[in-house]
This record gives sequence, structure tokens and C-alpha cells, in this order.
Amino acid sequence: MPDVIMPRLSDTMEEGELSRWMKQVGDEIHKGDVLAEIETDKATMDLEAFDNGILEELLVVAGALVPIGAPVARIGDGSNIVAAGAAPAAPIAAPAAVVVAAAPAATPPTDAPTPATPTATQTGELRTSPLARKIGREHGIDLHAITGTGPQGRITRTDVDRAIVAQEATASAASTAPLAAAPAAVSTDSVSVPVSRIRAVTARRLTESQAVPHFFLTSVVNVERLVAFRADVNESLAALGTKVSLNDLFVRASAVVLRAHPEVNASWGDGVILRHNHVNVGVAVATDDGLLVPVVTDADQKSLGAIATETRALAGLARTGSLSLAQMSGGTFTISNLGMFGIDSFTAVLNPPEAGILAIGAASDVPAVRDGVLVTVPTVKITLTVDHRVLDGAVAAAFLRDLTALLEEPMRIVL
Amino acid sequence: MTEIVSTEVATTRTITYRQALNETLRAELEHDDKVFLIGEEIGIFEGSYKITAGLLEDFGPDRVLDAPIAEEGFVGAALGAAMVGMRPVVEIMTINFSLIAIDQIVNHAAKMRSMFAGQVSIPLVIRMPGGGGQQLAATHSQNLEVWYAHIPGLKVVAPSTPADAKALLTAAIRDDDPVIFLENLSLYSAKGEVPDGEQIAEIGKAAVVKTGTDLTIVSYSRGTTTALEVARQLEAEGLSIEVVDLRSLRPLDRDTICASVKKTGHAVVFEDDWLSYGIGAEISATIGEGVFDFLDAPVRRVAAAEVPLPYAKSLEKAALPSAADLAKVVREVLNISSTPNDN
Repeated sequence: MPDVIMPRLSDTMEEGELSRWMKQVGDEIHKGDVLAEIETDKATMDLEAFDNGILEELLVVAGALVPIGAPVARIGDGSNIVAAGAAPAAPIAAPAAVVVAAAPAATPPTDAPTPATPTATQTGELRTSPLARKIGREHGIDLHAITGTGPQGRITRTDVDRAIVAQEATASAASTAPLAAAPAAVSTDSVSVPVSRIRAVTARRLTESQAVPHFFLTSVVNVERLVAFRADVNESLAALGTKVSLNDLFVRASAVVLRAHPEVNASWGDGVILRHNHVNVGVAVATDDGLLVPVVTDADQKSLGAIATETRALAGLARTGSLSLAQMSGGTFTISNLGMFGIDSFTAVLNPPEAGILAIGAASDVPAVRDGVLVTVPTVKITLTVDHRVLDGAVAAAFLRDLTALLEEPMRIVL
Repeated sequence: MTEIVSTEVATTRTITYRQALNETLRAELEHDDKVFLIGEEIGIFEGSYKITAGLLEDFGPDRVLDAPIAEEGFVGAALGAAMVGMRPVVEIMTINFSLIAIDQIVNHAAKMRSMFAGQVSIPLVIRMPGGGGQQLAATHSQNLEVWYAHIPGLKVVAPSTPADAKALLTAAIRDDDPVIFLENLSLYSAKGEVPDGEQIAEIGKAAVVKTGTDLTIVSYSRGTTTALEVARQLEAEGLSIEVVDLRSLRPLDRDTICASVKKTGHAVVFEDDWLSYGIGAEISATIGEGVFDFLDAPVRRVAAAEVPLPYAKSLEKAALPSAADLAKVVREVLNISSTPNDN
């Protein structure tokens, strides 16, 4: 019976954190049973059994980072049970060169033990080609930290080349995005907090986005009627148990205006501009582990109520780490709202490859003169960040102008 | 003069391996009157494989000698003639019959220069075909080249193409030491381009007959033609295979083998002899000693099944190393599965 291996759960996944074992050694396993939870760069997913049998051995400890294809457990007929206490003597831990974080929170990486990694062989011997050893020596790669993909798990040139690429990527990420990697030096003045996969990916993606030439446009929206509109809508929806937030109104309004401005619903595609046929609006959600952006697909085709219901469900899944890959894919535009934190206005960093992201601040009353009388008017500052490769100022400004107008005459949102 | 030579070199003809040998023997008989041919049925019958066709008629019985069926006797006679300055070219009907003459070859021809302190040289060529696949059964189908490649004092060449047959036979006849010239029954009718004019190869030089970057196949004689066929077939699958044709088994061109494997990191030896203690074992050891640090996988050998070669066609075919066997091992070395994982 083949070992249970770390599956490839997304295109960008290189390794997964086996966050929790759901079965124990000795348990009877049926095909389809959830063996463990795996946290990837995108989501937490279930690792299901493909075979029937008895779980004989766990090859990695919970919390370990495991490369794709590496064995994590053995299922057999029960004759080779390795006691949970005894195994694994040397758990598969994160390859030092490629790992972002594996240690439990608040443990400085410098103090963390770095156990040797058995490579695909039970005896713990290291199978490697002479060429792999030579290249490893030349590039300072610890072969014990690599999983071999050659015959009998042999580490070959391909594996070492891959580790070199990963090492270089980590090194460059560390130099440009300090958040992604813990500081090397131990200081009594600071505590190194290992980062989650989500935070590491966020750091990498946002670092990438800084290479994009971008500019910002800010508009002050009079939300007097929007607030009143929302109150009316919620009154009529109360019977259905649904509520619409200001954010839902922004999602719906953005989608409607994006449909009218296809040049904004686009992305830079390496020499061409990709105009997207669907309007899929991502909503940034803060979670304990980091920022996630679930996507409301075809938001221009959905009613306000549907958007409200869907967004609430997606945000809930995001906070429990249960979003599927599909629920986070395919966005064409993103909305980030920090209004609930009282932030007056801010600029959001582009979410590649999308060409635009809208940052929404808090509503605040500003004085205005109406019919000769000084009154207060509730306003919201919205700031659009734009990929200048895709859009020029005037085009983006026209979009923002129309969005502002729609938000100020919200009845049209439901048209 | 220079112009004429360069004109001759520039032209080629497509002829068979057999024809290349025949023309070369003729050219050397003309070039040097110390050259003579001796062997069983090479005169009136023109040779069992017609390599000596027309030569008795044109050069007469003093230059083309029909010998009795007594290999030890006529190899010994040729050896004696070589000691006194002649340049005999012996044909033994197949390598299998050379075992009767092995004492003359191993204990005398190979040793005399050294044991007589360089006072004599032995400019002797022994031509003989090896190889199976003709349904000639176990005693007539052997590849015994390693017996001779093992012996210091001999040179052993094994051309794979008509052009090399010509250039290596010329070199062998003009060499002052005994040369075993290994032919192959399945190559005699193979065609190839052969340059006109005098061509003399350097004995001891291998040739990279196809360049590639992923894996090196090392072979010789008939095996090289199979190796090239497999390399081209795998190229269509996106694999870049280099083929090294040894041409000479002794001296062995270790530098060319090692340079190739240093580049590709993977090697497979394709040999017609048996696996154990065979040519492939020597090549494999050469690679291990020379370029160990550049190997990405163990060197593999594809050789004949370790049985006396069966007569039955189906069994003979199964016992001899084939293109499919070679392709399978190449894929294994490169860790490419040729069949989907059925688990």
C-alpha cells in the first residue's frame, strides 16, 4: 500500500503545513476518511485517505512543513504499527532553506531545534547522487533538508536545483519583505514571531505588487442618501433575516460601475491587457492569521441581498480558515474597508494581477451649507489604487467619478 | 598534389560495410607489397562473407592464401611472417574459431615485442566477425571481444560504420602491433557514406556520433547503430541523448567517455556481450573513477542474457539486447516512467 503523501492542493503550493492529525496510529481507516488538516499558502484543506486499512505510522508531527510528494503517514494491514510515542524519532521538519515558518508561535527560530530529516527511507540513510552532493556543496544546500524524487527517494540534480531556487527566493523575499522572515539575530528588545503561511504569502504577493507602477485617486462621497437607502433596504429585508452593510453597497456599486468601465475590470498580462468578461469583486477580510480575499463572483449579476448573504458566508469561512481555493480565486477587483476602525482614508496596495483596488474609509460628518443653513453631511473618502500599466489617470478618474455618482444616488444600485 | 588530395577527400560514395572492407584490402595490397591475406576459403570461394571477392584473381595466390581448416596453424604462420617484416591480414571465419588460435594470439602475438625487448614488432591484423542474431546457435554467435580487449599487447578495434571500417582497417594494417579487427555479421550489408581516397583513423579514439545533454549511451560495433536508433526515437519524446561510439576497445578512449558523462550526468552502456565482466563493466568503472562527482544516477548496462545463445529464433531474439531494452533502461536512469502508475 503506498504511503500517504503530501498532495498538491494548489498551483502555487510548494509545501504544506500538516496542521493537525485527525486520526491516530491504530485507527481503522476507510477510503475518504479525513486523516489530517493541511494548511497551504492559500487555505486549510482536508487530507483524505485513498486506501482502506489501519493507520500504522505517522511520519511527521503536527505543525511540520512537508514538501509536496513527501510521505506523511503509512496505512497498512496493521502488522507494522509504529507506536505513536516512538515515532517519529526525527520528525520531518521544515527544510531550513525553503521554510518560512514551522515552529510554534513565539519560539525564536534560532532556538528551535533543527532535527535531521529522514529522506524517504525508513532507515534514515541519505540517498543522493554524487552530482547532487557536488551541487549541494557548491551552493551550501543541506541535503538532509531535501526530499528526493528520484528512484527510491534518491536526491538528484533536479531536487537540488529546486532547493537552490527556493533558497534564492527565500533570500530575496527576506531582503525585500522583512515581515516574511524572522530576524536572524536574537535580541532581548524584540521577540521573533514566526509567521503563518497566509502572512508569508501576503508578504510575498504585496512585495511583488510594489514593483507595479501605480497611482492613487481619492474621492469624497456624500453618503447621506446611501445611509438612508441602506436603512430602508434593511427595514424591508428584516422579515427575511438579512441585513445589508455599507460594504455590501460598495461591492454592488463597484460591480455595476466596473461593468460600465471594462477597461478598469482588467489586468496586465505580460505585454497585453486582459479585459475580464466576469466582474468578480474580492473583499479583504482580516483574520487572526492574516489577510484573506474571498471573491464574490459575477457581483454585477447578483442582487444586493445575494451579495450580502454571500459576503457574510465567505467572511465567516475566512475567519475559520475554511475557504476553498476556488473561493479565493478569479478576482478582478478588490475592496478593502477599514471604516469600522475609524480610519478616515488610506491607500491600499494592489492585489496582483488586478488593476485596481478600492480603499474605503470611515464615514464622518462634515459641515455643509444647504439652503443657507449650516448642516452636517456624512461623507466617506474612497481611494482607488491603479496599475498604471493598465490604466491612465483620466480613465481611472472617470470610473471613480461614476462610482461616486452612483453611491450618491443609490437607488440606481438596484437597477 | 594538394589540390588532388583535397578533391579526393571531398567526394564520398554510399557503399556497404562489406564493400568498404573489400576496397580497403585491395588498396592496402596495392599500397604495400608486404601485405598479404590468409584465411579459410578467402581465395577461390572469396570468403564466407565475400569480403575478399576478386582479390585472388587480381593479386594471385602469393598475396591471397587459402589456408587449411587449422586456425592455430595459419595464425601462427602469419605471426611468423610478421616477425620477419611482412604485414599479414588474417581472416578467421568468426571470432568463435579464434579460440583454437588463442595461444598464438595471447601468448605469442601479444607478448613478443615486450618479451624480446622490442627487437621484433608484430604488424599482424586478425579480422573476424562476431555477433549473434543469425540463428547460428551458441558456439557460432558469441561476442568474445572482451577476451582480447583484456590483453595488454593487443589492440582491439570494432568499427560500426563503413567509413570507420575503411579508416580503422587501413590504420590496423599500417600499425606495427597486433590488431584484432572485430567485424559484425549484422553489419556487413549496412550502408553508409565513405570518403574516397586514403583514410587512416587514429586507433584509440572514440567518436561522439550524436550530441545530447541528458544522457550518454556508450556502445560499439552493431550496438552503436541500435544506440543511434534509440537516441533518435527518444529525441522525439524530448530527451537529448548523446551517443559515444568507442571504435576502439583497447586502447580505450576514457577521456571522451568521461567528458560526455561529465556533461550529461547519466550513462548507459549498450553491449552485445554478456553482462558479467563485460565491456560495460569496464566502461562503468571508467566513469565511476573519472567523473564520480558528476553522476546523477548509477551507470546501467544493457547486455545479452547470461545463457549460451539459443538457436530458436524467438529465444535468440529474447536473449540479445534490443532497442526496446535500451530505451527502457534509458528511461529508468532518467527516472521517467514509460508506463502509467497503475497503483
